[in-house]
Amino acid sequence: MADDLKHTTAEATFLDASEIVLNMGPQHPATHGVLRVILKLDGEKIIGTECVVGYLHRGVEKIGENRTYVQFNPYVDRLDYVASVSNGLGYCEAVEKLLNVTAPPRAQTVRVILTELNRIASHLIWLGTHALDIGAMTPLFYTFNQREDILKIYENYCGARLTTHAFRIGGLQYDLYEGFEQQVKKFCDELPAKVDEYEWLLTTNRIWVARTQGVGILTAEEAIDLGVTGPMLRASGVKWDIRKALPYENYAEFDFDIPTGKNGDTYDRYLVRLEEMRQARRIIQQAVERIPDGPIMAKVPKVVKPPAGEVYHSIEAPKGELGYFIVSDGGLQPYRLRIRPPSFVNLQALDRMVRGSLVADVVAVIGTTDIVLGEVDR
Amino acid sequence: MAEEKKPDPTVPPIAPAKPAAAPPPPKPAAPAAQPWDDELARSVRERFGSAVKDSLTYLGQNCFVVDAASITSICGYLKHEEEFNYLVDVTAVDYPKREKRFELVYILYSFPRNTRVRVKASIAESEPIDSVTPVWQTANWLEREVYDMFGIRFTGHPDLKRILLPDGWQGHPLRKDYSILRQDEQWVQENLHIESGQ
Amino acid sequence: MPPITLATLKPYIIMVLIVGIGPLGVGYLVLLERKLMADMQARLGPMRVGPQGLLQPIADAVKLLLKEDVIPGMVDKWVFWLAPCVTVTTALAAFSLVPFSSEFVVTDVNIGVLAILALSSVGVLGIILGGWAANSHYPLLGSLRCTAQMVSYEVVMGFAVVAVLLMAGSLSMVEIVKAQAESHRWFLFGAFPFGLIAFFMYYVAAMAETNRSPFDLPEAESELVAGFMTEYSGFRWALYFLAEYCNIIIVCSIAVTLFLGGWLRPFPSVKLLGWLDYAAPVGSSLLVGGLSLYLVKRQPRAFDQIVLAAIGLAFVAVAGLFAWPAFNELFRGVFWFIAKIMVLVYSFMWVRFTFPRYRYDQLMRLGWRLMIPLGIVNVIAIGIVLVLRG
Repeated sequence: MADDLKHTTAEATFLDASEIVLNMGPQHPATHGVLRVILKLDGEKIIGTECVVGYLHRGVEKIGENRTYVQFNPYVDRLDYVASVSNGLGYCEAVEKLLNVTAPPRAQTVRVILTELNRIASHLIWLGTHALDIGAMTPLFYTFNQREDILKIYENYCGARLTTHAFRIGGLQYDLYEGFEQQVKKFCDELPAKVDEYEWLLTTNRIWVARTQGVGILTAEEAIDLGVTGPMLRASGVKWDIRKALPYENYAEFDFDIPTGKNGDTYDRYLVRLEEMRQARRIIQQAVERIPDGPIMAKVPKVVKPPAGEVYHSIEAPKGELGYFIVSDGGLQPYRLRIRPPSFVNLQALDRMVRGSLVADVVAVIGTTDIVLGEVDR
Repeated sequence: MAEEKKPDPTVPPIAPAKPAAAPPPPKPAAPAAQPWDDELARSVRERFGSAVKDSLTYLGQNCFVVDAASITSICGYLKHEEEFNYLVDVTAVDYPKREKRFELVYILYSFPRNTRVRVKASIAESEPIDSVTPVWQTANWLEREVYDMFGIRFTGHPDLKRILLPDGWQGHPLRKDYSILRQDEQWVQENLHIESGQ
Repeated sequence: MPPITLATLKPYIIMVLIVGIGPLGVGYLVLLERKLMADMQARLGPMRVGPQGLLQPIADAVKLLLKEDVIPGMVDKWVFWLAPCVTVTTALAAFSLVPFSSEFVVTDVNIGVLAILALSSVGVLGIILGGWAANSHYPLLGSLRCTAQMVSYEVVMGFAVVAVLLMAGSLSMVEIVKAQAESHRWFLFGAFPFGLIAFFMYYVAAMAETNRSPFDLPEAESELVAGFMTEYSGFRWALYFLAEYCNIIIVCSIAVTLFLGGWLRPFPSVKLLGWLDYAAPVGSSLLVGGLSLYLVKRQPRAFDQIVLAAIGLAFVAVAGLFAWPAFNELFRGVFWFIAKIMVLVYSFMWVRFTFPRYRYDQLMRLGWRLMIPLGIVNVIAIGIVLVLRG
């Protein structure tokens, strides 16, 4: 990183040199939260960037060391607050691993349904905001409207729309409500038409293609070297999904494809995420047909005290590999609770992706990285 | 090992909302980690000898415990020879009672082999450790966060400065001697012009 | 000193009407855009102020007038004050050349088209000054982009206009419409298909000139906050906004005059369709009036009911006026002119809500490498066609 990126005051004004230091400050319509990106520009071309994060740092890992395992469960929703169900899934599974219990089959299937709905919800927000950043202001409203259906399902299930706290260590707290299957099936039936509508609006639109093709290219080697995961990695051509590689819950029972891209540019990531929505629907449809009967909670002691040891467990969150590294010392509270955030590591790749591009591309690339600052900063 | 197998006869039976509980799962073995001895462990031990202090497995997850001084060479070997091309995470754990209080944990994953492995190294309080950024670029921000939270210095890191906390912050929060209620009062007073609330 | 008759006073009356009604009309244009945008986005738009939100522009105007005038410390005060004035003045001045009908034109200069293009060029100066005066990076970048964009697309617009000039033979706005009447054909379809190409080029250039999406980079909210308008707030911002929407009406007026037959009704030479002159204004006014009266019952507040009833009755009265031959003779041109402008404005807005925006270099490439060569070729082609037709 160039040292001269560090000063961001008005010393380097346009009058001095041919280079400007532009600050896309924490308050900006397009940085999806409190992210500060310092751009060093030569006219419109970007010579270097620096991301300043930490505006939303809440010390969640430190809090984790001071709460019991059960008490920490709601904190986890607030990381990726846009898709909170999957955060809970990762955490509960990691603790269940430490306790050496598995959730009963009914709980597992319901978890899969809710997590895949959550994936669709997260991608809908991504699509709406990404399109808005690039200038198409209408898809935002359509995607948020569709997301309302998912949030209604969550509300009926656990009472909360956004930070759901849906899962418990060992299974579920609430059993399914009357009409859950119908509501989910109705949503799945309506999804293909709506996703096709988004495709029709954007995929072959000349302006969209011009703005996203060839922008923010990340090759497969760069992506692996930078630790990028999730749809960004798959768009670069690496066919890897934790649900298939290291399956958790009962994902191994379901039949779904992993969409990949070729060039690793913004357009490919857009196509990959759209296709992921369709594949998530496929999983939900299969799961909703065969929710087994049975208990929803495994035999977990009231006081959760895992034996001493450490475990790392990760899931395929909508944004990438979300991992929990928990060190237990046999006590009531975790000794160390580390959250490996996908958005944090993906955001590192921003510099590589925007070098040599224009300012307008920074916005497109931040959008395509699909970051949530709650997860980046914890 | 007191289990709740037999329901108390004076208490009315629970309504059959859920079927009867299955027998409780067996508790894991009391000494947590087992020694790990397979092909990968053996080849690493052969190559690095005494630098690899131990190789353990717990709950199916394998890990090496190595010398901090040889971390870069071991990581380089694992990446180039053993195909662990993806660095999942770099983090640290603080054991203040130990002589070498910080234990750094590197979690690696290999795409071709589809396995994960952990590499752990312990360092003392003001001891620096080599950065693995030359091996995987991912380590850049991850090591910055470890520096920010623990105060561990990484030699050879291209840009080691705080990432999540403000630049002028004093103290490293994830150390065990940093109280959860405490803040950097001086920074808060100077920059936010308020008295620290705690 | 010319005698004070209706004929000599007419230009001044029209000017007063324009300056008086213009800003109000522009305010309602903004409301129309918000309502259309909401409709396309599956929501309702402003609904609170007045019945169905119809008094929203008045509320906005009052708010902007009463806002605190914030002048950032480091600006160049004189230029900061001057910039929006330049833009608004040129925008309103351009209205003096727009022929609403053969009688309702403030002045029919014989270089009308040239004068309007010149005025819009001067308007660009206001944008440059605005970005410069604010003395900050964002507005500067925005105004520089804007300037380059507008200058490039003025050339494109020029070629489109030249195509029409070849067909019309005169630069005067009124003469151009009369030429369309004489040739019994809108210039949109003149020298087919090159008139269509000219119209298409003009349409695209008009969007770029007025900073409308997909060419709205200078105001690209998601990139540069508000571009050159970042440091302006309150009434100064209102002036810029007013100028922008005035410009939209101006470019649409030019398009209508040059390509769509101005104040002529569709098929002006077909006597059999003469009833359109009565049916269209009366019908549309009755429709709007009837709809308003129908919606009166749905309004929850008494105030809204009264306002909506008044609007409905006013439109019904207008319908009655248009049914009266003397009034119709005089104002039918105005009606057709405004109707055609509304169609074009609707299409501008529709495009804005649908398409993403072009990146700056793509926009410039589109202008210089596609549009201008196309314009040159088009002009040559039209010339050839006209010569061949004799």
